[in-house]
Amino acid sequence: MLSGEVIAFAIVAFLLIFSALGVVFMRNIVHSVLFLAATFVLMAVTYLLLDAGFLAGVQLIVYAGAVAIMIVFAVMLTKRSDLHETNLFNKLTIPGAIVSLLVFLGLSWVFVKTPWNLAERPLNDPQAINKIADLMFGQFVIPFEVAAILLLVALIGAIILALEVKPQK
Amino acid sequence: MITLTHYLLLSAVLFTIGLFGVLTKKNAITVLVSTEIMLNAVNLNLIAINKYVGADGIYGQLLALFVIAVAAAEVGVGLGIIISMYRNKESISLDDFNFLKW
Amino acid sequence: MVEFAMHNAWLIPLLPALSFAVIAIFLWPWPKASSTFSIIMILTSFVLALAVVYGVYTKPELIEKSLIYTTRWFSMPGLKVDVGIMLDPTSAMMLWVVTLVASLVQIYSLGYMEGDPGFSSFYAYLSLFAASMLGLVLSSNLLQMFVFWELVGLCSYLLIGFWFYKDSAREAAKKAFITTRVGDFGLLIGLLSLQILFGTLNITDLAAKAAHFQDFVSAGTLTLVLVVLFLGPIGKSGQFPLHVWLPDAMEGPTPVSALIHAATMVVAGVYLVGRILFLFKAVPTAMHVVAIIGGFTAFFAATIALTQTEMKRILAYSTVSQLGYMMLALGAASLTASMFHLMTHAYFKALMFLGAGSVLHALHGKAHIHEMGGLYKKMPWTTWTFVIGALAIAGIPPLAGFWSKDEILLVVKEAAHEAPGIYTPLFWLAVITAFMTAFYMFRQVFTAFFGPEKPENHPHEAPWNMRLPLVILAILSVIGGWVGLPWMEKGFGYWVRLGEYHHAEPNYLIMGASVLVALAGIYLAYLMYYKKAIDPDRVAERFGVLYKLSYNKYYIDELYLWFNQLVVDGMGKLLYWFDLYVVDGIVNGIGAITRGSGAVLRFTTTGSLQNYALVIFLAILVITLYFAFGDASYASLFLGGGK
Repeated sequence: MLSGEVIAFAIVAFLLIFSALGVVFMRNIVHSVLFLAATFVLMAVTYLLLDAGFLAGVQLIVYAGAVAIMIVFAVMLTKRSDLHETNLFNKLTIPGAIVSLLVFLGLSWVFVKTPWNLAERPLNDPQAINKIADLMFGQFVIPFEVAAILLLVALIGAIILALEVKPQK
Repeated sequence: MITLTHYLLLSAVLFTIGLFGVLTKKNAITVLVSTEIMLNAVNLNLIAINKYVGADGIYGQLLALFVIAVAAAEVGVGLGIIISMYRNKESISLDDFNFLKW
Repeated sequence: MVEFAMHNAWLIPLLPALSFAVIAIFLWPWPKASSTFSIIMILTSFVLALAVVYGVYTKPELIEKSLIYTTRWFSMPGLKVDVGIMLDPTSAMMLWVVTLVASLVQIYSLGYMEGDPGFSSFYAYLSLFAASMLGLVLSSNLLQMFVFWELVGLCSYLLIGFWFYKDSAREAAKKAFITTRVGDFGLLIGLLSLQILFGTLNITDLAAKAAHFQDFVSAGTLTLVLVVLFLGPIGKSGQFPLHVWLPDAMEGPTPVSALIHAATMVVAGVYLVGRILFLFKAVPTAMHVVAIIGGFTAFFAATIALTQTEMKRILAYSTVSQLGYMMLALGAASLTASMFHLMTHAYFKALMFLGAGSVLHALHGKAHIHEMGGLYKKMPWTTWTFVIGALAIAGIPPLAGFWSKDEILLVVKEAAHEAPGIYTPLFWLAVITAFMTAFYMFRQVFTAFFGPEKPENHPHEAPWNMRLPLVILAILSVIGGWVGLPWMEKGFGYWVRLGEYHHAEPNYLIMGASVLVALAGIYLAYLMYYKKAIDPDRVAERFGVLYKLSYNKYYIDELYLWFNQLVVDGMGKLLYWFDLYVVDGIVNGIGAITRGSGAVLRFTTTGSLQNYALVIFLAILVITLYFAFGDASYASLFLGGGK
């Protein structure tokens, strides 16, 4: 029974996997980053499928809007002569593939075999953001503040790391 | 019907792809990017379980929110490091950065 | 005074020990002060010893039951060891002999060691030795005696090697110590066995238990224990086969030879066997062993003494031979004869050693008798005292040696009544040895003291402090035997004895035979070395092989050396190889393993981050699978929170 949900999930899943593979397998770093942006957007769509509207918005803003751009900047700043062969595989391809495959098998086996107690009704709350806000500024205010400080520190750290030291006169 | 299992398997696949990228690519930026993919897969996992298992709370989404924040900070710092690396050695291929080799 | 001495007999060893300590700590920079202090101490001990002797003489009950003062040394569950003083006629006699000879030797050393750089330490060692020997003879417990036994061995080592700058002296000291150590090993095993078997090492307790020893141990085991224990006296008293150290001990200064290797230390073995003779009597086989070894040693050493040319060597082998006589007497179950001969031997042997020292002193160390001659002209005191000593040892009446040697022959003959197979051959060995003794002694006398003078020698008579001991000992050599005349009702044999008083009839046959034998020996020596009627070299040629064997001491030293090299050095080489390759190999191997594994494992640090990540994920996978399939109870450790 191909309900709209199933078709949507199928398409999104397929595209998602395709972009992720594209990130990894592209030889050109810029293509890789392009596919990454696609991946982020598709993830946002998936969140929407999961009725997590707020998260989808945050994903778009933060990831697709900021992280992807940052990465593009980094690619630009570390540019070598040409960009065609900048994203190659290293020596560990085969062991890496094997380990990844094994990890996948392990993960999937765990996911399938775990006896989840599924709730009677899956979550579908239009008021999710209210609840998030309540928790964020209530029970989880400390992690919130810590996350804020973390962002500040990361900001300062990134600046210092990337700061060019000019020779003293 | 799309059940929890489908989303979980999807997140497993994404995680695996990200892991593969981390382990096997030479370009440092690609490694960072693959890490992002892994984090996204984890987020997907959290939100899916929140929807199907922990439906009486919103903790999964909340945690996913925090993950997003931390991941963004991490990318920022990571890219700063990569730029420092580039400045030192004129290259961002991880093959050139094995100073701890025996 | 007498009562004081009897109660405080422990002072007698203590005073010389005090002398040793004082000289070693304070007085050694001043030689005259050291010697004076030492001589005062030993003379005081001598006076106390005289008091003890008199006190014992007035108490005949001590013959049967010694006077004992003991105190607990240490005790543990199952082991109690006492120390104490034992006063009876035997120990009184030993006190008299030891303090007398020690005092005379210390006076003699004033002249002999004059000018020696180690004058003070010599007196310190002499004092230490006197203390140790006196402690030994007063011991009431065998373990205490063993402590002093080892102490006298130490003093012997120190004094033999006194002139330590001489190679030969050092080697001789080592040889003495090591050889006696071999014997002491047996002694220790024997003592430990006695303690285990009888539960005590107190001499009187052992005597009480010996009467019914079957309650404690079988006869065979006791025999074995006693034979093993006897190894100690074999070593200390220079019996065959551990006699090899005594002749070499002559490297020490002559006063040392006189004191230690003639009169006192070497008789420690005889004294020990005498003290536990009741145990030996209980198992006659052990006594036979003692007798055989003693008799053989007496004969064997005399044969070697026949051909030796160094003055002190002849006297050394003579000492070994006479010690053999004493052991033979003990082996014939006679404490009396043995102790009597011990006493008289101390007189004339110390006399002769001191006389030899006088000769060496006069001739500046020349010791070969064939390089001497006609010393009687310039050294009359030395000569005539020496002749008295030689007559005494030869056994000419009425000198002391005759009475004691005769006593020994008598008891051996009597023992032959019960076990003729053993004692009759020993008796004849003893008689032949008496002949040889007279012969080699007078060979020495005629060659060194009489005959033509050698022009290169310029002898002079000894100073008064060396002559005085010679005279005193000469007088004692004449009259000293008169305490044990066979016609006396309560002579030596009444006081010093084991068991019932056995007054034997004087055996004129044996007395006459021994005198004849001695005179024959003297006459033969006279013919060969004074009149030169028989040429000694011709005799040596005729007995070619025997002469060679005797002159080279039967090559026993060479045999021991070969054995030592084979076994001890061989073992050493083997164990060295073991240590080098096995033990060090293991240690080095562990190091090599570490290095090797390090050399292999370092390839894991590739420096490539992705390698590390690979390994991490692999590990996570394995752990996850382990928890999934196996015991999941530890999964909580990873998740945190315990429970």
